[in-house]
Amino acid sequence: MPDITLADTEGELYEVFHQKARGEHHVHVGAVHAASPELALVLAKEQYARRLACVNLWVVRARDIHASDYIDADMFDHATDKSYREAFGYKVVGKTRAQAQTRDRDD
Amino acid sequence: MYGSTTFAQVADPVAGEDPDRLADFETRIARGEKVEAQDWMPREYRRQLIRMIEQHAHSEIMGALPEGRWIPHAPGFRRKLALLAKVQDEVGHAQLLYRAAETLGKSREHMLTDLLAGKSKYSNVFNYPTPTWADTAVIAWLIDAGAIINQTTNAQGSYGPYCRALKRICYEESFHLKYGYDSVVTLAGGTPRQRADLQDALNRWWRPIMHFHGPPDQVSAHTEILMRWKVKIKSNDALRQEFLDQYVPKIWALGLTVPDPALRRDPATGQWAFSDPDWGEFKRVINGDGPCNQERLAVRRLAHEDGAWVRAALTGRAALASRAALAVD
Repeated sequence: MPDITLADTEGELYEVFHQKARGEHHVHVGAVHAASPELALVLAKEQYARRLACVNLWVVRARDIHASDYIDADMFDHATDKSYREAFGYKVVGKTRAQAQTRDRDD
Repeated sequence: MYGSTTFAQVADPVAGEDPDRLADFETRIARGEKVEAQDWMPREYRRQLIRMIEQHAHSEIMGALPEGRWIPHAPGFRRKLALLAKVQDEVGHAQLLYRAAETLGKSREHMLTDLLAGKSKYSNVFNYPTPTWADTAVIAWLIDAGAIINQTTNAQGSYGPYCRALKRICYEESFHLKYGYDSVVTLAGGTPRQRADLQDALNRWWRPIMHFHGPPDQVSAHTEILMRWKVKIKSNDALRQEFLDQYVPKIWALGLTVPDPALRRDPATGQWAFSDPDWGEFKRVINGDGPCNQERLAVRRLAHEDGAWVRAALTGRAALASRAALAVD
C-alpha cells in the first residue's frame, strides 16, 4: 500500500449570511470551508446562492464569532410578567365602550 | 418618536455628480430597490439622510427626557414599569438610529457632540414641559401616534439601513401607542379632576402636535428630487392630514374637546381644515427659544458628563490607569 498523506485543504470555517433583497437583513444560512475570505465568498455563492434569490453575501470567520452558551439560555427568560411592555397588554376597547355608554346615559 | 424635518435648500443638489451613475442610482430607486451602505450615492442624498437620521436619533434620546422625569411619580407600579420600558425603548431607538446614520460616514461621537453644542436639531415637541401626569399620557398617545405615521412612511424610503431600524422601532412604538391610549382612556373615565387634567394637557399639547409633522413644504425642485430619491416620501401636510384623520375622531369619542374652533373635516374633499398653528412659534422654538430647550440640553449634557467614567471604563482607559497607579505604588 502506498502511503497516502492527505493535504489539509479544509482551510478555515466561514459562516455564510445571505441577503435576499436590498433592504432586508442578512440571514445566516450555513457555513463553508475555505482558505481565504475571497474563496469563502466564491464557495458560498456556489452553495447557498445558486437557487435562492440573493443580492449580497457575507462570510465571517467562524472563530471570530462570540456566542452565548446554551446552558445559559435561561438568561433570556423573563423573571416576571412583562405584558406591560407589549401592545397586547392593554385592553382599551372595552373601557372606551363602557365610557361611551355612561356618557350616553348621562346626556 | 420623531416628526418631520425641513430640508435645507442647496442651489444644485446634483452639481458635479457623474450623470451615468446618477441615472443608475435613480433607476434603481424608481424600481423600488433599497440603497445599501456600500453603494454609490449622490453627495446630497448622503448629506440629507445623515441630517434626517441624526435628527431622528437625537429626538429619541431627547424625547426620553419629558417623560423620564415622571418615572418616580408614576401612579402605580404597573404604570411605572410601563413608563420605564417606554423610556428605555426610546433610548434604544436612538442607538439603532445612530448606528444607521454611522453607515453614512458620520461617527456617533460627532453626532452627540453636535447635539450638545446645539448644532443639531431634534423634534420640537420635546422642548415643551410636562407639568402633570396627564401630559405624559397625551405624549405617549398622540405624539407617538404622529411618530408612527411618520416612521411607517419613512420605512418605505430608499435607504436600507434606516428602513431596517424603522421596522423594529415601529414594532416597539405600537406598545407606546397602546399604553398611551390606555392612560388617556383611564383619565377620561376618571374623576372630574382627572378629566380636567387630561383636557388641560390636550389643550397645552395641541399646538406642538400640530407642529409635529413640520411646516408646509415649500414646493421646489429640491423637494421634488428628495421625493424622487425616496428620502422624503410624503409632504408634511399629507402626514398631518393622516394624523388628524385617524386621531381627531378618537379624541372626540372620548368626550374631549380639541382647542381649535376651526378644526373640521370637509366631507367633500376629506381634508381637515384648522387654524394657523403659529409657525412663527415653531421657528422660535426649533431655533432654541422654547420653554425647555436649555433645560433639556443641560440634562443631556449632565448625563453625558456623568457617563464619562463609564465610557472611559469601556475603552479600558480606566483599567490601564489603575494598573499604572498600582505599578507606581
